[in-house]
Amino acid sequence: MNSNFDRTLSREDVLRRRSSLLQRLHIDGPLLLLLLLLACGSLFVLYSASGKDVDLLLKQASSFGLGMASMLLIAQVEPRFMARWVPLGYVCGVLLLLVVEVMGHNAMGATRWINIPGVIRFQPSEFLKIIMPATIAWYLSRSSLPPSFKHTLVSLALIGVPCVLILRQPDLGTAVLILASGAFVLFVAGLRWLWIAGAAAAAVPVVVGMWYFVLHEYQKQRIHTFLDPESDPLGTGWNIIQSKAAIGSGGVFGKGWLLGTQSHLDFLPESHTDFIIAVLSEEFGLVGACLLLMVYLMLIARGLVITVQAQTLFGKLLAGGLTLTFFVYVFINIGMVSGLLPVVGVPLPFISYGGTSLVTLMSGFGVLMSIHTHRKWITKV
Amino acid sequence: MPEPIRLKDHEKDARLIRARVVVSAGAIFLLALVLVARLYYLQVVQYEHHSTLAENNRIHVQPLPPPRGLIFDRNGVIIADNRPSFSLTITRERAGDWLKVLDTIVEVLALTPEDRVLFEKRVRQGRRPFEPVPVLFELSEEQIARIAVNQFRLPGVEVDAQLVRHYPEAEHFAHSVGYVGRINEAELKKLDPVDYAGTHHIGKTGVERFYEDLLHGQVGYEEVETNARGRVLRVLKHTDPVPGKDLTLTLDLNLQKAAEAALGDRRGAVVAIDPATGEVLAMVSQPSFNPNLFVTGIGYKDYAALRDSIDRPLYNRVLRGLYPPGSTIKPLVALAGLDTGVVDRSSRVFDPGYYQLPNVEHKYRNWNRGGDGWVNMEAAISRSNDTYFYDLAHKLGIDRLHGYLSHFGIGQRVSLDMFGEAEGLMPSREWKRAIRRQAWFPGETLITGIGQGYMLTTPLQLAQATALVANKGKWHRPRLLLRADKLSPEQLVAQGLVEALPTPSDIRLKDPRYWDMVSSDMQQVMHSARGTAHKVGDTAVYRIAGKSGTAQVVAIRQGEKYDRSKLHERHRDHALFVGFAPAEAPKIAVAVMVENGESGSGVAAPVVKQVMDAWLLGENGRLKPEFMPPAPLEVVHEQ
Repeated sequence: MNSNFDRTLSREDVLRRRSSLLQRLHIDGPLLLLLLLLACGSLFVLYSASGKDVDLLLKQASSFGLGMASMLLIAQVEPRFMARWVPLGYVCGVLLLLVVEVMGHNAMGATRWINIPGVIRFQPSEFLKIIMPATIAWYLSRSSLPPSFKHTLVSLALIGVPCVLILRQPDLGTAVLILASGAFVLFVAGLRWLWIAGAAAAAVPVVVGMWYFVLHEYQKQRIHTFLDPESDPLGTGWNIIQSKAAIGSGGVFGKGWLLGTQSHLDFLPESHTDFIIAVLSEEFGLVGACLLLMVYLMLIARGLVITVQAQTLFGKLLAGGLTLTFFVYVFINIGMVSGLLPVVGVPLPFISYGGTSLVTLMSGFGVLMSIHTHRKWITKV
Repeated sequence: MPEPIRLKDHEKDARLIRARVVVSAGAIFLLALVLVARLYYLQVVQYEHHSTLAENNRIHVQPLPPPRGLIFDRNGVIIADNRPSFSLTITRERAGDWLKVLDTIVEVLALTPEDRVLFEKRVRQGRRPFEPVPVLFELSEEQIARIAVNQFRLPGVEVDAQLVRHYPEAEHFAHSVGYVGRINEAELKKLDPVDYAGTHHIGKTGVERFYEDLLHGQVGYEEVETNARGRVLRVLKHTDPVPGKDLTLTLDLNLQKAAEAALGDRRGAVVAIDPATGEVLAMVSQPSFNPNLFVTGIGYKDYAALRDSIDRPLYNRVLRGLYPPGSTIKPLVALAGLDTGVVDRSSRVFDPGYYQLPNVEHKYRNWNRGGDGWVNMEAAISRSNDTYFYDLAHKLGIDRLHGYLSHFGIGQRVSLDMFGEAEGLMPSREWKRAIRRQAWFPGETLITGIGQGYMLTTPLQLAQATALVANKGKWHRPRLLLRADKLSPEQLVAQGLVEALPTPSDIRLKDPRYWDMVSSDMQQVMHSARGTAHKVGDTAVYRIAGKSGTAQVVAIRQGEKYDRSKLHERHRDHALFVGFAPAEAPKIAVAVMVENGESGSGVAAPVVKQVMDAWLLGENGRLKPEFMPPAPLEVVHEQ
């Protein structure tokens, strides 16, 4: 009865919103506040995790600036306009992935980058993290919900093509995230429970097949290590043993800022990137980790509110997909560092060092802001 | 504007999406709870475990090896000290492909493939993880520089300064002090891993081995904080090591050198003992070797040269050389004869040049084939008459002979603190039955009486037996340790630092004058005109009691004559001589063995006298005042 779609606002409401500076800049206050909170927290933790590396801190701060700019920029774009260009974006994204496949720049055993020296160096897979849910949202919003079998199959195909290309790079983490971002849109769109159960049942043979035909040796090794880290304590199990020791030794209140021995004495690998939650947990304890988790949950809660309040189907589906994917980021990262999940290269959103993922994430939140602030206000006359 | 029917669809869609959002929110909440639970499990439930893990990561206990105790001679001259030495260490865990790094070391220092094999063996023996293992010792300045220049190619390789044993007197004390060497695998298993953490060397022979526990000291510790690559960041706790005890030995460097000089370049052994205390004043086994070669691991070629040398420089003749004592035991047999009452001073035996057991054809020859005629004990000792002692041994029988000679230390370990002493052999009926499965033959008693046959003694045993005669049967085990730091050997035993070794009971004769009688006979060897060593005795400014002997290397068949020209040089008899001086108040007892020296009195006796001279005489060529005998009783008696 009180659907947000046809929610009507009082005149005062409209006036208040119109007059608000944030509204005029298409900024969502709660999201901005939480993101700024995370940015500050990130720099704080990074200072410790990087071994008091101020240069690195400045780089990350500028990445935040860049991310903020791109977020605000995207927030100005109307969702309708986005929807129009999404199909083209998707095609471009897939083409870029093909380019990577053919002539990508190789870094650390994986071909993920497009590198035009002196001009640009970026990962097309990052771009797809936003384009993918947008594409599925665009496709499904064209017809009524829940998606029919045909629409579901087409969606899955749309999801599948870039995922396979990314898996071949190989980058299991990103492939999983992009798969999740598309699948979540399908889920939010009301994919039938029966089909979901069926897919889950069918997944078993697929996983077995993946193990033998798709997964690379290093990916299998990671899963082996995940299942039994102590089997190779000085080799691949080292990371997870050390990160668990870092988290565990933090206790309830932590060792204190800059006092974490595991990270400061270099026992913790990747301490300022993927494993930064271990540094935070070591230095700030269970309390610190729970506070961070709360901030994340508040962000997600705001995302879900935006989903529910969005006026267009495209907006709803895209907002829901982005929000749920964001949680997957958090869950996979903390899960893997604490030894619940196998190690896949997923950074902790907003906290881990790294400009690319930061800009992507902020852009995603820019889309959320855009969806929320471009609602049409129907006033009761 | 959308049509109404579409609007209704949107309404439905919105409800559907809202339902899905609620489900998602619930799932997210639950999954977030899973994460919190996981963190709670790690940080609260398993806190102790992970806390310990993190601490163990961070804190390493580094052993601080104690400096090894120094060794001095009795006058405080240093015999063994510790010198800084630069060694090349490699840490396997930090080297990555360590076999390749070893190749690089060999290449950089232009070493041989044998060295490479040795390096690999040493690294494989390495102990704890992240412990640097020394592979090459005593680096030269140039080698250190080469390593420094090529450091970038040598991960995990470091030049390490440590104290290494050095023997400034080199070969002079190789057989008494011994040497230290790298701990080998067998020793590693037996050693206390805590005490020897950080120590790479252990005493292998001699004093270094026997007093290893005193010399080693106590390990110290340093708790250090290290990073993941093992670099030490700061010291958290520091416990100093306790240095090993400094040992002062009974040996005298000057006497040692004098004894070596007296022996010249002949192969042989010299032992000099202070009979009143058992202190070993000199201990020479010649040829010797440079013990410094063994400290840091002797090269294969050097070792092969020492091992295969026909002169056997590694062979400790004093402690392990087994020789028939020959006539040197005649004074002991004489004492046994007197004490048992089998003979007295006036008993005489007629010597036709041989001795025959009743009803036995075999002639037991005197060395003087012509015979000495009627001989009493004094003549028998001074002329070293074999016939007299065949007769005496026959009268004593092997059982009593065995009893007395054993009491003088023949056939058993006599030393207090010497590593690897051989037992020797004092034959008996039981021994022969057990080992040879044969009865004892009377003829064997005869040759035992002149120190031949099965009997085997070490030069140390001969010196000890002589010291016992000089000391009138009072037992002191020969020893090398004078004191450790300020502690006497007795205090060391009292404090439980050294295991006590029981001293055999003193030899008590029925009449103590027997000692003087035999001593007097031994003096005749040196100082009477008919004495076998009177040529040596004539030159002495004090009175010496002595006895010569020859030890057969190859048996001479019945009826054959010893003909030196027919014998290979290495098959000639060993020359033996024992003695003590000044005879009236003995201050030194000496035993000398010259391998293939042939003549006890001709070759070994001069060595004995030179050693005595070196010990007893002052610069003016007279007895040092402290060695002056009280009043020359004999002289008074004669007047």
